[in-house]
Amino acid sequence: MNHNSKIALPVALAIVAALALVPFYGSRAIIQDLFTVLTLLVLAMNWNILAGFAGLVSVGQQAFVGTGAYAMFAAVILGGVDPLWGIVIGGAAAAALSVPIAIFTFRLNGAYFAIGTWVSAEIVRLSLAQWKALGGGTGTSLPKGTTQEMFGVQPIRHLLGISNAAAADVLSYWLALALAVATLSASYLFLRSRAGLGLQAIRDNLEAARSVGVDPARLKAIVFVLSALGTGVCGALMFLQITRVTPDAAFSVVDWTAFVIFITVIGGIGTLPGPIVGVLVFYVLQRLLADYGTLYLILLGLFGIAIMLFARRGLWGLFTDKTGIELLPLRHRPPRTATPVPGIPPKIVKEGT
Amino acid sequence: MAILSLNSVSKSFGALKVTDDVSFEVAPGEVLGIIGPNGAGKSTLFNLITGNIRTDAGTITFDGTDVTGQSPMARVKAGIGRSFQIPQPFTHLSVYENLLVAANFGGGQGGREAEQLCVDILDRTGLGDLAEATSGSLSLLQRKRLELARAMATSPKLILLDEIAGGLTDGECVALIETIKSIHAQGTAIIWIEHVLHALTSVVERLMVLNFGKMLTIGAPEVVMDTPAVREIYLGIEV
Repeated sequence: MNHNSKIALPVALAIVAALALVPFYGSRAIIQDLFTVLTLLVLAMNWNILAGFAGLVSVGQQAFVGTGAYAMFAAVILGGVDPLWGIVIGGAAAAALSVPIAIFTFRLNGAYFAIGTWVSAEIVRLSLAQWKALGGGTGTSLPKGTTQEMFGVQPIRHLLGISNAAAADVLSYWLALALAVATLSASYLFLRSRAGLGLQAIRDNLEAARSVGVDPARLKAIVFVLSALGTGVCGALMFLQITRVTPDAAFSVVDWTAFVIFITVIGGIGTLPGPIVGVLVFYVLQRLLADYGTLYLILLGLFGIAIMLFARRGLWGLFTDKTGIELLPLRHRPPRTATPVPGIPPKIVKEGT
Repeated sequence: MAILSLNSVSKSFGALKVTDDVSFEVAPGEVLGIIGPNGAGKSTLFNLITGNIRTDAGTITFDGTDVTGQSPMARVKAGIGRSFQIPQPFTHLSVYENLLVAANFGGGQGGREAEQLCVDILDRTGLGDLAEATSGSLSLLQRKRLELARAMATSPKLILLDEIAGGLTDGECVALIETIKSIHAQGTAIIWIEHVLHALTSVVERLMVLNFGKMLTIGAPEVVMDTPAVREIYLGIEV
């Protein structure tokens, strides 16, 4: 752990604690805004692991958002389970769906893989639009009062002295915060592991990775399924907060993939802090440009193009290049002193190498 | 028993037969050199041994096991390490991390043991001072050293070196030969494709000549180089 990391950990814990305490002093509107930011961050972190570290540029992540949402609605409406269990079921359903999608799309490379994931998402959307029990093409809503009766809402209502609806928002917000922290922690631990190193080798050179014993198909499959799980859980949580789902909203390529790609690219693809920076910039741009109608999307696109042309490693990469500051570094450093290895004479390794 | 045995191995790309009924054996700890003109099928032969290309016919046995149908990953884990003719580093990883990947996955080593092995190999290959450099920033010569170091990090029983001396100065070539001799001294078998013949013949125990995918001859270097067909192919090339 370097000096920056030692500072970063307590700062990160303080930020998380401050965010966790927002419901005690913030308005409901702020909580809803932060919920949106955190859920977009979770989606961006999952896509970043896929594209930035595994080289799997998917444009079909909406398949897992939608499946997570629909599975949660099905579990609650048809199965009568608590929505919190519905979120778990949503994640599991998305992870299960990722297996057949992987079997199909992993036969493709590059742009063809991207198109394959998008086509897969469309197939899932069209299929779920036929599910009459969940409203078919027009979608459905959770039964009235479902979110207010879910586990944890009443204690929050009593603790904060707020309405049932506001307490449900607070619970969703805390779940989103926990999911974001868990996703970031899991990403860091995974990428620092042996498997993470192998994944980065695959991203850099597939043939060479094979030649040193890395199994690309296995590692990519693990990442694809885990990313689908995280995206599915997030999808279920987002639509639990909205309490209504339609195929068009749940499988929106713009909302759940295009914006997510934008966030990751402007923040810094292939870096862990990148999506955090990206989602904050995206949120600010959204607030500043919200009144400009269609122009908003054009300006967003121009900003993205400018970043891609002049700061290819994103804003976080630019910051790191200028300052040398690295948070959540993934680099493995060699040990400083040598100990004897059988058959090889011991040597003292120079400081800093 | 041979560490590597090829039995009537053939491979075609369309109508072009790039490996034509090739059979030979490599003994444990032996150094075999392979020469031949450009397009003779030398690198293809390596790709067939490592599993990067599938054979059309014939069998490949390594360390007593038929590996003909095995994946490249399985063959690395069995003990076949390789370098590429055109260096292929993991460009966003450091030099040290390039080796760590190889030690972790190919060599099956972890923790301090893998870390120490990588550090020692970096020192032996003259890359110690570049351990934390991003491998994408290396010069061609440094990348060639990295190819060798990364192959060594898989702890191979057999290492395949593909034109690793190409482009080196005389001094660098001498250092490379010493490194290859030290690998050999540890009991690792080596197959080395090379155009720099003085480097090759100073290390190898046997020499094999490929031409148009066929094995022309194999034997002691001085005998092979004196063969009329080889002299014809290499006419004008100083040995």
